[in-house]
Amino acid sequence: MPKVEYVILTGFVLGTVARFYLLRVDYRQYPSYPQGYAIHLTLGAIAAGLGAVAVPALLEKEYSAITFLALAVQQFREVRNMERESLERMEKHELVKRGEAYIDDIAKKFESRNYVAMVTALLTTLAVYASKMLMVGVITGLIVLLVMRLLIRPKCLQEIAEVRPARIHFEGSLALVDDVVMMNVGLKSAREKLLEKGIAAMIIPRDDNARVTLANSGQRQAILYDLSVILGIRRETDEPEFIPLAKRDPDNGNIAVLIMPVEPDIECMIEVIKRVSVLESSKRQPLDTYIGRKAAD
Amino acid sequence: MMSEVTLNKCILAVVTTNPGKVSSGSIPTFYCESDEELERIASLLTRITNGMVHDLGNGVYILVRH
Repeated sequence: MPKVEYVILTGFVLGTVARFYLLRVDYRQYPSYPQGYAIHLTLGAIAAGLGAVAVPALLEKEYSAITFLALAVQQFREVRNMERESLERMEKHELVKRGEAYIDDIAKKFESRNYVAMVTALLTTLAVYASKMLMVGVITGLIVLLVMRLLIRPKCLQEIAEVRPARIHFEGSLALVDDVVMMNVGLKSAREKLLEKGIAAMIIPRDDNARVTLANSGQRQAILYDLSVILGIRRETDEPEFIPLAKRDPDNGNIAVLIMPVEPDIECMIEVIKRVSVLESSKRQPLDTYIGRKAAD
Repeated sequence: MMSEVTLNKCILAVVTTNPGKVSSGSIPTFYCESDEELERIASLLTRITNGMVHDLGNGVYILVRH
């Protein structure tokens, strides 16, 4: 049986590796600065440490060690609040806002990734104790990490909807994307610019679950935010007519998206929309209920 | 703590070539001689006020803050 210090160290390292693996500049473009990395790696390492000492402590009949896990949960909740507050404070400086739903989703992800670090460390030490071999612990830790990563992976929009290019045109001063009225644009110069530089797409939900999910304005704001970050936005704060818009066709639940990006590439726009995460707070599943299925047929 | 109060969805100004369509009220109203002037004044006001220009289709433009 390896020394208890080595067991704890193995759990700690695997847990920290788990946090590092999940900490990357992801599709939400966050965190994308060194301070963010430092904060979350440190918190992840603490989470891994708490997870790693739990099993050895319990085996030593130190049952009060379980309170440390409660402490960890409290700390993770703090991480979520810290992220939420920080993002909410930055919100007023964004040309296109993330929206509260997206911020809540990001904050939850930070919390859950700390749980992954803790659980990976805990199961690694447990595996070492069960097998009496450090290598088994390392392999278990890696498997736990990969499985948990799959479990917490959010759905992408392409799994619930189709995305296709759409046409921008005007009826008088009304800007339309296919048949969906987007807004009333008064200035002729703004209309010409929208026709010249704007691009549009139509998101077609695959079923009733997707239709209700896409109706959520938080989900639509997340789509616009991702588009503006990745394709760039051709707008200053005093040009409200060029703000990206996502409007819903009330007849069929399709979502029309209009944006004037720095890179007006429709293929890229469709790819970006396809990869937007389905927000947990926006996700609805009416088809999981009997009445919902009956209403849908 | 100071809180910021802003108005949403309010008409900031009216710009028109057709005075007969607008009654005098509490909203600043700008009368223009031609469509070109209408377009120019509305364009300047949108930059100044951050309001969006909407065309009512009868020679009346309104600036609305959303």
